[in-house]
This record gives sequence, structure tokens and C-alpha cells, in this order.
Amino acid sequence: MIRLLGALLACLTVGAALAVAVLWRPLPVEDLPLRVTSRLAEAGAGHAVTAVLLDFRAYDTLLEVAVLLVAVVVAMALREAQPDGPDRMGLANPLLRAVMGWLLPLLLLMAAYLLWAGSSRPGGAFQAGSVLAASGVLLRLAGVGFNWLDNPLRLRAVLVLGLAVFVAVGVSTLIGGRQFLDYPHEIAADLILVIELALTLSIGLALVSLFQLAPPQHTGPHLPDRRRRTRR
Amino acid sequence: MSGGAWYAWVGVALSTLGFFGFVVHRHLVRRLLAFNIMGSGCFLLLVGLAGDGRAIDPVAQALVLTGIVVAVASTALALVLLRRWYRVSGESVLPEDV
Repeated sequence: MIRLLGALLACLTVGAALAVAVLWRPLPVEDLPLRVTSRLAEAGAGHAVTAVLLDFRAYDTLLEVAVLLVAVVVAMALREAQPDGPDRMGLANPLLRAVMGWLLPLLLLMAAYLLWAGSSRPGGAFQAGSVLAASGVLLRLAGVGFNWLDNPLRLRAVLVLGLAVFVAVGVSTLIGGRQFLDYPHEIAADLILVIELALTLSIGLALVSLFQLAPPQHTGPHLPDRRRRTRR
Repeated sequence: MSGGAWYAWVGVALSTLGFFGFVVHRHLVRRLLAFNIMGSGCFLLLVGLAGDGRAIDPVAQALVLTGIVVAVASTALALVLLRRWYRVSGESVLPEDV
């Protein structure tokens, strides 16, 4: 009871502090939207948010991809320290498999569209990557494995691909005598597209790996190994 | 009240609610959910304030998008840790919390 009252009091204090901060907020000293739109022609992307993400503030995005990679590395290290039993994530559900046959092409198409749309309208690598990850999670639930990615070296290579391409582009701009990640204007659009493509693959795979690296419970029935194609 | 300010106030409400849940609950999954609600409130607050009475601010939108990806990564890592902890101890709360 006393705990609940204390929590209520703390929460009211936080809410009041937030409300005060919103009510008496200082006016912005600089018109950032105006600055972005005035320099948009120099960026490699036509959409303002994509331009900020991958051109003006590309450093943030680079570190964000690194954060995602670190999360996967930690999850992998935990699995090394505490190995899991056999993989039994697949549900023996024929309906899910049938629906997947309909959904998967749509999901892949959606991911490709989001990636392509990112340069001129809302969309981009992260949205596309998360749609890709959603299709990967559905595939895992349906018990379909990615045999190609069972090889740990390949898995790690695709996971690192996004960050590696990003850093490689940054370093090559440095070698070319510009600032880190300051793309030359003529090829900025192509560079951003290449980075986004690599990021999409890495982000999608990183999210699926995180899902997969959560250990299965001890209890529960063993499912037969369904990782090979069993559809007739 | 303009559109942006409305979102900011919803963000304040969500943050407060999430904070309350985070303090009250002991079950780790509930705490994680509450923490995510708090985070969503923060994102809504940021985007709402940045879009209040002016043109849509792409800098704030990009900042929040970065934040969302980091939040997703940390939530996934937290879930992995929770399940590992559950496997080791059979508990879904931390011993210091009881």
C-alpha cells in the first residue's frame, strides 16, 4: 500500500515536471526545418528525413547501426556461455505455413518498395529492414530455416555488412580529402542507396537474430526437426 | 491547441503512465513493457513539440527514428537477458526487488 502511494506520488511529480517543461518551453533559437530545406539540394536524398539521417547527421545513424550490432553480439555471447538445446522454435501449424506462402512475396515487395521510396518520400533502410525482419520472424515461426545462414561465418558477414559498408564509405571520403562521411555531391545519391541497401540486409538479419537468440524454454513438447523443406 | 501540442500532451501522459508502471511492477516483462511505453511517450513528446506551429522538423523526426531503432535493439536484448535469467533461476523477478 505504502509502495503504491509512493509510486503514485513519484509519478505525479514526474508528470507535473514534464507538464511544466512543456508549458514553459523556450522558443527554438534556430529554424532547423528551414535550414534543412535550404540545403536539401546539396544532399544525396530528396526526402528531408532521409537526407538528415544519411547525409547531414550520418554519424548518428552509423553509431545507431553499431548499437544494433553490439546488441546482437551480446546476445550471441550469452548463447556461447549458455548453449541452447535443439532448435524447436517452429510451430507445427499448417495454416501458418499456408498463409506464409501468400504473405512472404508481399512482405518482400513491401520491403523493397520502402527501401526504394526512402529517397523521395517516407521510407528508408530501417523501415525496410524491419519489414524484412518481420518476414524472417514469421518464417522462423513457421519452422522454415535459412540453411544458407546456418554457417556462422556467413551469418556474421551479413550482420556486419551494413556497418562495414557505412564505415568504408566514410573512410573513402576521408581518403578523398573530404570530411568523414562528407559525400561528393555527384555520387551522393548512389552512395546513400548502396549504404541503405547494405543497412537493410544487416538490420533485418540483426532483428531476426535477436529473436532467434532468445533461448527456448525447457518445458514444452519437442517438435520434429523441420528445418529442411518438407512441403510436397 | 494545435496538432503538435496535442501529441506532446499525449506524450506527457504516456511517459507518466509508463513511469508509474515501471515503479509499481516487479515482474520483469511488465517492467520492460512499462519502460517501452515511457519511451514511446518521450518520442511522441519530441515529435509533437518539434512540429508545434511550424513546418515538420526533419531533424527531430530523424532523431526519433534513431531513438526507435535503439529502443527496439535494447528491448530485444532485454528480452534475451530475461529469458536467460528465467532459464537460470526459474524466476521472473530480480532477488533484490522482492
